[in-house]
Amino acid sequence: MINIDTPEKIVKMKAGLNNLAKGMLRPISRKYDEAEHEYPKELDVFRGMSIMGRKPKKNGDEAGKSKAKDNGEFKVGQNLGTVVSVEEMCWGDAALLLSLPNAGLGNAAISAVATDEQLEKFGNKWASMAITEPASGSDSGSIQASAELDGDEWVLNGEKIFVTCADRCDVAVVWARVKGVEGSSAIKSFIVEKGTPGFKLEHLEHKLGIRASDTGTFVLNNCRIPKANLLGGDSEKKKKTEGFKGVMKTFDNTRPMVAAMAIGVARAAIDFTREQMEEAGISIDYSANPNNVSSLLKEFYMMEANLEAMRLLTWRAAWMADNEEENTLEASMSKAKAGRYGTLITQKCCELLGPMGYSRKFLAEKWMRDSKIMDIFEGTGQIQHLIIARNILKLTRNELK
Amino acid sequence: MSKEQKMVSKEVSKLVKGLVMDSAHEMDENKEIPENIIQKAWELGASVSLVPEEYGGHGMEDSPIESIIILEEMAYGDMAFAVAATSPSLFINPLVTMGTEEQKKTYLPLYCKDSYTPCTLALNEPHFGADVMALKTTAEKKGDSFVINGAKCFVPMGDKAGHMLVAASLDGVNNLFIVAGDNPGLTVSEREKNIGCYALPSFEIEFKDCLVPSKDRLGGDTGCDYARFIQKTRVGMAAMAAGIARASYEFAKGYAKERVQFGEPIANRQSIAFMLAEMSYEVDSIRLLAQKAASELAAGKDVSRSSYLAKMYAGEMSMKVADYGVQIMGGHGYIREYPVERYYRNARGIALLEGMAIV
Repeated sequence: MINIDTPEKIVKMKAGLNNLAKGMLRPISRKYDEAEHEYPKELDVFRGMSIMGRKPKKNGDEAGKSKAKDNGEFKVGQNLGTVVSVEEMCWGDAALLLSLPNAGLGNAAISAVATDEQLEKFGNKWASMAITEPASGSDSGSIQASAELDGDEWVLNGEKIFVTCADRCDVAVVWARVKGVEGSSAIKSFIVEKGTPGFKLEHLEHKLGIRASDTGTFVLNNCRIPKANLLGGDSEKKKKTEGFKGVMKTFDNTRPMVAAMAIGVARAAIDFTREQMEEAGISIDYSANPNNVSSLLKEFYMMEANLEAMRLLTWRAAWMADNEEENTLEASMSKAKAGRYGTLITQKCCELLGPMGYSRKFLAEKWMRDSKIMDIFEGTGQIQHLIIARNILKLTRNELK
Repeated sequence: MSKEQKMVSKEVSKLVKGLVMDSAHEMDENKEIPENIIQKAWELGASVSLVPEEYGGHGMEDSPIESIIILEEMAYGDMAFAVAATSPSLFINPLVTMGTEEQKKTYLPLYCKDSYTPCTLALNEPHFGADVMALKTTAEKKGDSFVINGAKCFVPMGDKAGHMLVAASLDGVNNLFIVAGDNPGLTVSEREKNIGCYALPSFEIEFKDCLVPSKDRLGGDTGCDYARFIQKTRVGMAAMAAGIARASYEFAKGYAKERVQFGEPIANRQSIAFMLAEMSYEVDSIRLLAQKAASELAAGKDVSRSSYLAKMYAGEMSMKVADYGVQIMGGHGYIREYPVERYYRNARGIALLEGMAIV
């Protein structure tokens, strides 16, 4: 039956992670916003945690899954656990979450589609994801970086921009077009290790927000990597997860994560605003007719309601992934709503806070800057709406561009 | 959804699609809901499912989730119909959950019959700044009676109700009183003319030294949990909003795929398609917030926050979705031949009214 009351397990997990976020991330939040690109050494303790990791599939994982379904029970699994953790950590600091060692987007991709051999070799490395190019943003099917098989090696060429963890990562998951293959099936992803000749970190970006996160540009110039570094292995053996579609598939899991980031930052702003309101003697009681309360309270309640909607959409998408239901639509819904409203909420909080919202003495202004990226990366809000619209209207890429 | 929930949802949906949706326009124009439609809805048994068998009900377990499924489905068909068909619940539900044994024995059998028998709730008040948590209608203890003074509005089926629950403040504490429809102390005015729900008979009622026996204070001498009662109605309103918003979204979506301008369906244009995308997740959001509050209700938790936010969100967003529905259809959305203008008028009530539905 429908029951979306928060499970006890999640409540406990949230509390534990909140302590962590409060104790470890908040205290250094401003420090690394100011010291852009400096490595947050305080985060080194997380290195062993492999937050994005998965264990090799061998140990009876599949059997466990089908058992849960047979019982008619639903799983509270890894995806839901992840979005809950991400929200809590981003409540602490979103840029620092992005800087957690071994927890890059590349790690998520490796975790999702790598072969067991690749997992063994790269599972414990810090992996970034290199997709975007100067001339290829949202239209990731149009990337031009190339890959050509030469004997036992792939030869990669091209330029990759806006790579998160570009400086700190050990390996990058690089998207490139295999020469001689037509269409989007030509796009594959490759694991490139730092230090490989021809693989160079060009520069780091200066950004509006999430400044603690090192965003940079890679140049690949006749960079040679082993044949076995094709992520997911040979396409003959592993058709399902291979190619452009396979990697796009990982977005179904990462979009709710970005939504959860937006939720965490927005909640931080709302919580701070609430504290200030209470200190000023404004009471919050959730009973009076909203038309009978002050404009400030009404806006505050509406922000809370929107935050709740963001979270419920996100948990639904994650829950569906845990229960192996197709969730492309729901993942995009969560990202569209959370990305947009996270931005609106943090802006509104700054407005309601007045001078405290504008001053860099407090974190509210930082949260407003940080939240803006959630409506941009992992597919802009507009792209999410495009995906949702195609899905609900049953239109193809050509019919709705 | 459990098996039972799926079954209930399917049955209501069958009734709504088969009977209500086709007649909704006519009902709105004629300002009347045919008795057979109300009776058919009554026969689904939702309003009496909670009532113990000895009082004429089904003795089922309280299921707020099932209630929101039904309310959404009914309001998807037509909000006026949904309120009219379920208004007896506004009387029956609080009696079952908060009434004394004697009150249950006396009143429930009157309204748990095979045929729909009107009974209702008089909650909203017709003055500026009205707030159901700060009632202006008062009750005063006088001997063996309470004396009720004040005025109510938007009382659904107020003219025909055998009994109604009247919300009034007793020494500053909100209470509910069971009042007979033919009590000489109350005057039912002419039927209201409102922006939406034309087909729903609703009334202003004036109470002037209206005497109510003291045994008819809901819950007896200790009164009732009025706050939780209001919270349950707020979840009900949110569920109805999900239905109205979904109706508008689906109609506009179908239209956008058919309507050809500049050589292709308007759905193929981003400006239209993105509005529909937004509508789709706002409909889901309204429902999810209602479901969350209902799940917490079912678990016996405090729902003051979740029910409040659910109704507030539902009020804002159902209005937004209904507005988009009209906008997407352009001129066709503005004329009464199409249902989206009705959804737009009806949705306005979600934020402004309280207590038109209960879970």
